[in-house]
Amino acid sequence: MWHSGLLAALVALPFVGAVLAALLSSNARNAEAWLAGTVALGGLIITASAYPSVVDGGVVRHTIEWVPALGLSVSLRMDGFAWLFSMLITGIGLLVVIYARYYMSPKDPVARFYAFFLAFMGAMLGLVVSGNLILLAVFWELTSIFSFLLIGYWHHNQAARDGARMALTITGTGGLCLLAGMVLLGHIAGSYDLDVVLASGDLIRAHDLYLPTLLLILLGALTKSAQFPFHFWLPNAMAAPTPVSAYLHSATMVKAGVFLLTRFWPVLSGTPEWFAIVGLAGMTTLLLGAYFAIFQQDLKGLLAYSTISHLGLITTLLSFGSPLALVAAIFHMMNHATFKASLFMAAGIIDHEAGTRDMRKLGGLFHAMPITATLAMVASAAMAGVPLLNGFLSKEMFFAEALAEHQDTLLDGVAPYVATLAGAFAVTYSIRFIHNVFFGPRPADLPHEPHEPPQWMRRPVELLVILCVIVGIIPGIAVGAFLETAAVSVLGDNTPQYGLYLWHGFNIPLLMSVIALVAGLLLYWQLKTYLRTSEEGPPYFRRLRGQRIFERILVTVSWRWARALEAALATRRLQPQLRIFVALAVLAGVWAMWGAGDRWPEFTARGLDPVLGVLWAIGAFCAVAAAYQAKFHRLAAVILMSGTGLILCVSFVWFSAPDLAVTQLLVEIVTTVLILLGLRWLPKRDEEIYEGVDTKTRLRRHRDFAIAVAAGVGVAILALLVMLTPLPPTVGDFYLEHAYSEGGGTNVVNVILVDFRAFDTLGEIVVLAAVALTIYALLRRFRPAEDTSELPYQQRDQNEFDDARMDREVGETVKDYLLVPSVIMRWMFPVITLLAAYLFLRGHDLPGGGFAAGVAMAIAFLLQYLAGGTRWVEERLRILPVRWIGFGLMVALLTGMSSFLFGYPFLTTYFQYTEIPFVGEMPTASALLFDLGIFSLVVGAIVLMLVAIAHQSLRMKRGKAPRQTSEGGQS
Amino acid sequence: MELVIAAAIGILTASGVWLLLRPRTYQLVIGLALLSYAVNLFIFSMGRLRVNAPPVLDGSSPVDVSAYTDPLPQALVLTAIVIGFATTALFLVVLIVSRGLTGTDHVDGREDG
Repeated sequence: MWHSGLLAALVALPFVGAVLAALLSSNARNAEAWLAGTVALGGLIITASAYPSVVDGGVVRHTIEWVPALGLSVSLRMDGFAWLFSMLITGIGLLVVIYARYYMSPKDPVARFYAFFLAFMGAMLGLVVSGNLILLAVFWELTSIFSFLLIGYWHHNQAARDGARMALTITGTGGLCLLAGMVLLGHIAGSYDLDVVLASGDLIRAHDLYLPTLLLILLGALTKSAQFPFHFWLPNAMAAPTPVSAYLHSATMVKAGVFLLTRFWPVLSGTPEWFAIVGLAGMTTLLLGAYFAIFQQDLKGLLAYSTISHLGLITTLLSFGSPLALVAAIFHMMNHATFKASLFMAAGIIDHEAGTRDMRKLGGLFHAMPITATLAMVASAAMAGVPLLNGFLSKEMFFAEALAEHQDTLLDGVAPYVATLAGAFAVTYSIRFIHNVFFGPRPADLPHEPHEPPQWMRRPVELLVILCVIVGIIPGIAVGAFLETAAVSVLGDNTPQYGLYLWHGFNIPLLMSVIALVAGLLLYWQLKTYLRTSEEGPPYFRRLRGQRIFERILVTVSWRWARALEAALATRRLQPQLRIFVALAVLAGVWAMWGAGDRWPEFTARGLDPVLGVLWAIGAFCAVAAAYQAKFHRLAAVILMSGTGLILCVSFVWFSAPDLAVTQLLVEIVTTVLILLGLRWLPKRDEEIYEGVDTKTRLRRHRDFAIAVAAGVGVAILALLVMLTPLPPTVGDFYLEHAYSEGGGTNVVNVILVDFRAFDTLGEIVVLAAVALTIYALLRRFRPAEDTSELPYQQRDQNEFDDARMDREVGETVKDYLLVPSVIMRWMFPVITLLAAYLFLRGHDLPGGGFAAGVAMAIAFLLQYLAGGTRWVEERLRILPVRWIGFGLMVALLTGMSSFLFGYPFLTTYFQYTEIPFVGEMPTASALLFDLGIFSLVVGAIVLMLVAIAHQSLRMKRGKAPRQTSEGGQS
Repeated sequence: MELVIAAAIGILTASGVWLLLRPRTYQLVIGLALLSYAVNLFIFSMGRLRVNAPPVLDGSSPVDVSAYTDPLPQALVLTAIVIGFATTALFLVVLIVSRGLTGTDHVDGREDG
């Protein structure tokens, strides 16, 4: 039995190869080709070895759970159909790798080419073996992205960039539609698992959401397979290197669309909607593609339109909804991949050896490259559907299906005529390809002297052409079994009886083939001279170019409409945005309360303590006054704000939260210092200027006042409602019960922070560190505004005083200012350090902890700055706050990771009580180490922020006076 | 008791929101600080107000849950206080830098009501 893990290996192998290829030197052509070839060959061997497991409807599954709760898993699934595609992807991939080795110029950076190529192969393999709808959509988008990179490989070329962008825009949009369709499909079927979805066809077709689902999935498939009206990206993608075209536009990328249609054919097809949409798109594409192909002057352009047409043929077959048509479709996918890949490679050889792809300049190359010419002739005969070649067989099957009645509609009625006409066009462009390039007079002005290519560049073409012939002559023996395997895996019990024979006797399909051959030949005869000199593109349709329409739409949507929308709805001003934001929040609150009107708790004014009332009267006064004063009296506003903070701190004590009170008090101190440091850099504001307030401003203020009051009242009511509702049992009870027995601490708040919810805390200290570093980075290269660069008024006054006195030097007064307090502040350093240590050590059992201790320690450093000035401190003390931050983060992380050593998850804690001399019994939990990390980080972060702001005054002086000291400290 | 705290939360919120809607950056910083007081008090009050029931255990076992306050809102608020300081600092610095770069302390970086 084939091991299902190989399925994962099959998908992973190309991606690993891609990474390796990207790491190789960019001109290691041989090494790259060997690597890519080995990967493709490995994939081919793995796939081939899976054949016994998928024959007769067998399915190999391999599931790696991802988010099982959401029904998402990396589930891989290979059945006969996926097997067939995997063979095409890896097999033709191998041939293209060999071909590309000789095609790519030594000047091209091949590492990038092979890396993208292999990644694309991996995405394509992942797509065909996906067993989960979402996974399928992910791989689908990956193919779009890597094809974008491959088409734009020669990114110095404008056409390559435009073509790549267009391909990505169209297939990427289609991919998004597909994702939506997949979600709907999964919703209808109740599972994202492909097996479940494939088994619920009746349910899906009868569902109300069938039509939207169908439309979305078809948008994905038709864009990918370049079906009308989305076909125009494919000719523009011909700016890609030819190996890319040979791979993407014959066997893989464009086949993904029809692969998807076939994959979901059992669940989606058979309805009138399916036939109408898919059939119309397919037949239009079939006919238009073939017609356009005749009038192309670029060899690859001709092949691109021919590909579009053949994909239209496959789509038409799929639209019929009959099992036999499905078999024909699968058969044609194989055949088309074979002959089209070889034709693209042949076109590449001609381009490579003759120096141009323009058919007006080419001619008479048969004598220069007879072998290539013969190969190309056989391959184009297969494309035209000439008997004894594989293209003929699937085309006959198509004609037979087109004749058969499927649905009694006009579309079904015209199918045989469309098929015959398109067949005739196919003959015309195939003859043109051969006759124009290899026969006729040989032009004298070819860029290169044409000759046969290196023999290994031709080998892949030879192999593919031989396959075309073998399949064409002995189809049953050569591919009958594989086709059967693929068909059974899609159709199951509905697989029809059919026979792959070269000769079906004289019947109408044969007659249609003959008509097409003769008509095509005659048409070419008529057009021959015109085509020798005509412009690119078919007559009449030349002006109607999809590309131009696409670009116009793109400009309209992404530029004009977007601008209009932005002008109508958006603003760059902050105030209106905040106003809307707050107003909406208020409305949402009102709406919620409205609905809960009958569930309001009974109001009880219990225990109204007059002291608390007085306290908060002060607190509220401070808050309102701060709000009132913040514009003109900034210092007053800071002081008032701190007043509110202190009342808050008292409330925390009042309501049994000692930890919060300690932290709030300490943070209040640093916040005040911080804002005081910042005040210096704000512009002066004169009250008189703003005296004359116009009506508009007054109106706006009234409105803002109303919004603010509404917000305040709303929040107050909400808070009151919650507080009056009895507390249900919460997770807090769990923490209370287990803090001591499992966390080893009696201060539950601290145990939560460093033990139960340590991962949250880790995230929070990372935020703190990030903010500190941001502040540091913002201020590092910044110089304050000019008008704030003068010395403060007080210092100027003091210097003037010194200047006027004979016995004093300028600067002495400034230096001695507040001498006594600063001496006391210096002495405070050891005291506060001790306090910090005390807070830290008791934290696990009593109020305190790393946060509070960290802030206290930072205050100790700050006081030194306040007392001595920045320079004085930094001449004596190197604080290096960034290292404190780094050390703290590292300690916290390492403590968390150390639990891995004992086989526990991240941040599992360990504790025991130990006796430390002179200190007493100490809880030495690993959480204490974590708390040490918090402590160190908090110290570092706060000191870094405040010192960065403090340093502003130094920089400005440095700009004026000569440098006195080198860049001090860390900041 | 609850009424006082609810009113306090309301007044703090209203003052903060009022300042948020003002045009000067410094008003914004003070407003955010006031608003963060309100929010901290609000989160804290979600654990209900208890007098004389600290979240520090007395070491007895089994633990009588009803004798203690809910420690979880306290833990949340504790980190919120420190993070609140950090954001105030960040806004203050953005204020200073924006003032230096644009020459104005208007929130939009240019004058015009």
